[in-house]
Amino acid sequence: MKRSTRRRLIQGVLYAVFAAIVLLIILAADWGRIQTNFFNLDVAAQTFPEIVTIAAKNTVVYTAIAFVGGMVLGLVLALMKLSPVLPYRWLATGYIELFRGLPALLVIFGFAYAVPIAFQWRPPGGNAGAGLIGLIVVSAAYIAETIRAGIEAVPKGQVEAARSLGMNPAWTMLTVVLPQAFRIITPPLTNELVILIKDTSLLFIAGMAIADRELTTFARDALTSQANSTPLVVAALMYLVITLPLTQLVAKLERHNKRGR
Amino acid sequence: MSHPASGAAAPAAAVPAIEVRALCKSFGSNEVLKGIDFHVDQGEVVCVIGPSGSGKSTLLRCVNRLEEPTTGTVMVEGVDITDSETDLDDVRTRIGMVFQQFNLFPHLTVLKNLTLAQQRAKKRGKAEATEIARRNLAKVGLAEKADAFPAQLSGGQQQRVAIARALSMDPDMMLFDEPTSALDPELVGDVLEVMKQLAKEGMTMMVVTHEMGFAREVGDRVVFMDGGVVVEQGKPEDVLGNPQHERTKLFLSKVL
Repeated sequence: MKRSTRRRLIQGVLYAVFAAIVLLIILAADWGRIQTNFFNLDVAAQTFPEIVTIAAKNTVVYTAIAFVGGMVLGLVLALMKLSPVLPYRWLATGYIELFRGLPALLVIFGFAYAVPIAFQWRPPGGNAGAGLIGLIVVSAAYIAETIRAGIEAVPKGQVEAARSLGMNPAWTMLTVVLPQAFRIITPPLTNELVILIKDTSLLFIAGMAIADRELTTFARDALTSQANSTPLVVAALMYLVITLPLTQLVAKLERHNKRGR
Repeated sequence: MSHPASGAAAPAAAVPAIEVRALCKSFGSNEVLKGIDFHVDQGEVVCVIGPSGSGKSTLLRCVNRLEEPTTGTVMVEGVDITDSETDLDDVRTRIGMVFQQFNLFPHLTVLKNLTLAQQRAKKRGKAEATEIARRNLAKVGLAEKADAFPAQLSGGQQQRVAIARALSMDPDMMLFDEPTSALDPELVGDVLEVMKQLAKEGMTMMVVTHEMGFAREVGDRVVFMDGGVVVEQGKPEDVLGNPQHERTKLFLSKVL
């Protein structure tokens, strides 16, 4: 058999297998059942407007709080890890290794239930606030490593140039190193942000008040009360409505920043 | 403080701009500088030449303590910069430095490159810093590039911006670390022209270079280094035209 004939034959078989699988799924599935369970418009309509005004809004707010908090704490940890003072480095390394090694769910649970009892301290914002602190604590560990990598990726000559002009270490870090580091780490930071949007779903473990529910908790409650899976699909679409424009925006930002590289 | 008050009161011309004594520098077990005695007088242009690995860049970088000397002293205008009591940032504002790789800040416009350290290290106001920056940009012939980003400039233009950036601090002296080595040959001339102009204006300069033509024409003194020691120094026409040491002859026969 000629080589080209053989290649075409293999390709034909691959397409045929694909078509067979699709056909099998279409024939075997109970479409009526799937539609009433997952794409029930009446049930979907009942989730509105709360799924937007409460659930999606809370998801965005929690993400913003966790990201800003994680960035601030992460920056401090990154600077500590690069500090010439040894105990700071130990502390930062210990923190990062600890919270990267633990499941976020466990940490959120801990801050919502264990910490208030052990330390006799109620975090602000009720259970949602307590869970959020857990989320900040975990995300800071990841963001710290990202920021540290960004700082180390800025060429040494940049620091030398700034220092040779008489700028002190703090101004050098603030005006020369960090702006360049953040440009370098824009893609991985976007990743962190998108992961964080989805990780807000873990907050359900903290036990949320009705008005504090985010998308997943809200959909889960609706699923139970309506005995129908449609709210999950609506929530899934809501997540995509949040994440897709965000990744587009950051891609645009990245192209813009290339100018100064 | 190790330098007495009389140091500041001494007549300016009596104090060398740079004075290096018994300077040694090791990187691990690698001894790069083996007891250097070296000085640059005020208003003098000293060119340091030598094969790569001879320690000439390390010597230059020790002068503003980008490299930490292992032993020995480095005095800048009579101030011991190896003394831990010395305000290093303050001394550095008086020493302009130009790097082989330019090291412009890529995230800032040309103008911001020139005003940043003026505002942060010299605490100048924005208007004053901008005025000084524009004056120095004009001086290196790049006034119209104020709003460009470094990546939009050629290597030669970037290096001239780097010189203007250093000059904007009103330094008493300038250190050049192989300023034309990273440039395409046709761009070298513009940078050397700016440096010649500076020398003519009486700027104190220490130039590590491979440009023998520049050393001959502009240098008041040429220092030849090899293997971490100063082998020979003197007037350019003597060192370059009539070298006394074998190592100098060998080096010059390769580069000339």
